[in-house]
Amino acid sequence: MSYAFAAQLNSLLAALILLTAFAMLVQRRMYALLHLFAWQGLFLSISTAVVGFAAQSHHLYISSVLTLAIKVILLPYILHVLIRKLKIHREVETIVNVPTTMLIGIALVIFSYHLTAPIRELSTLMTKSTLAVALATVMLGLLMMITRRHAVTQIIGFLAMENGLFFAATSATYGMPLVVELGVALDILIAAFIFGIFFFHINTTFDSLDVDQMARLKEED
Amino acid sequence: MKVHPLLIELIQVFVLLFAAPLFAGWVKMVKCWSQGRTSPSLLQPYRDLCKLFSKDVALAENASWIFRSTPYLVFGVTVLAGGIIPIISVDLPLSATADVIALVALFAIARFFTALAGMDIGTSFGGMGSSREMTIASLAEPAMLMAIFAVSLASKSTSLSQMAIVVSQGYSILRPSLAFALLAFILIALTETGRVPVDNPATHLELTMIHEAMILEYSGRHLALIEWAKMMKLFLFITLGIAVFFPWGIDAAGGAAGLASSFLIMSLKLGISGVGLVLIETGLAKMRIFRVTEFLGSAFLFATLGMLSFFILE
Repeated sequence: MSYAFAAQLNSLLAALILLTAFAMLVQRRMYALLHLFAWQGLFLSISTAVVGFAAQSHHLYISSVLTLAIKVILLPYILHVLIRKLKIHREVETIVNVPTTMLIGIALVIFSYHLTAPIRELSTLMTKSTLAVALATVMLGLLMMITRRHAVTQIIGFLAMENGLFFAATSATYGMPLVVELGVALDILIAAFIFGIFFFHINTTFDSLDVDQMARLKEED
Repeated sequence: MKVHPLLIELIQVFVLLFAAPLFAGWVKMVKCWSQGRTSPSLLQPYRDLCKLFSKDVALAENASWIFRSTPYLVFGVTVLAGGIIPIISVDLPLSATADVIALVALFAIARFFTALAGMDIGTSFGGMGSSREMTIASLAEPAMLMAIFAVSLASKSTSLSQMAIVVSQGYSILRPSLAFALLAFILIALTETGRVPVDNPATHLELTMIHEAMILEYSGRHLALIEWAKMMKLFLFITLGIAVFFPWGIDAAGGAAGLASSFLIMSLKLGISGVGLVLIETGLAKMRIFRVTEFLGSAFLFATLGMLSFFILE
């Protein structure tokens, strides 16, 4: 695998990550959303390995395997079990006006392209062009957290944001030091467990995971 | 031996006229197989057309010249569109005069007059079909143009022949912009040709039909021309997709042997894309008409992402 081919493969994977981010933004079904998240993790993992190969920085292989283990297998599995236990797998979430959300998403992509343009000029790395995609993925995750009402989808939005940050680190500097990455991975894992406990309590208290319910302060009305 | 470009153009129009019903028959045949039914013969569309041409035309009393001239106009415009798209050769005289934007405009003319004819008689179905068709068209056309622009950015030209030449010359398949544009194009082609997730070509159920509602009043040779034009439109959209995204094998030299081989390769590609079309159609359910905006919205999204990723990633 030559350097140029690796760069091209990396851009294609970046495009796929962006595509899954958009697909998650408009997906209504819980399980499909979870699968999309797992796919995004997979693309991220492959992309990290490709960058690690092209840049000869071998600690990226470890990050890649870590991503594969946590974001493709473990986290989707935990959320899967959670969704089944809380019996929300049949729920189909209403999203406010899909075309508008998409247009806002496109605007965010253009914005992040504009924002990272100076870095593209300065950077000499192979991955300089994917930085815009990484930033866009972070923003799309944030947009997902804002536009969704369901607690589980908001968490998936949060995790997608983390995916974007990880991708940004890989494309801006060929990855953070391994210690930091290990720490982040562990944090995400712990967060997932805490989310699980929270979901459980929210569900027993409100009989629903719709966060709009929590805006009401009175017990009865 | 070099074949004269005008002759190539003529051959291509004949290929379009007589291969389009065959392709429609092939799609129907594969669809029947995939659903476990016995299929009609591959030549059935020709028989249908012959039958319709031999029948008399029943015209409504208040039909105006628009209603009477629309079938000829639609047919003519579709044949003209077939002269622009490189089907068996990129060396087309018409291709130099009209680019892909003109092609979209040609399809828009056909659609405009079909919609007018749908309203001309004054039946409620015709009006409903026209209104639906125009709603969908207003969403599909921008997406179509964006998808094509994404490709023309990569090939630095809006001429279809030029696009086919540039894409076939040593380009890598891994270009994200082309992948996004292809995805958008598939969604738009399904919409424009009235295939399953958007419109069902085989139904006359009043609540769901779109294209069929507009042409409900046509009979005899008028209906034959419109049906033929519809088959050609399906054929043209598939060949347009092949010419823009998979142009390998389309003849560029203009020799007789080259033409023959590109004809064979094109038939092979068409056969495969017919199967692909059927797989999409049997895999999806027809969606509610209010969901079509989301469907076409995502087509627009993919096309825009294709253009953006050309700037960002390439």
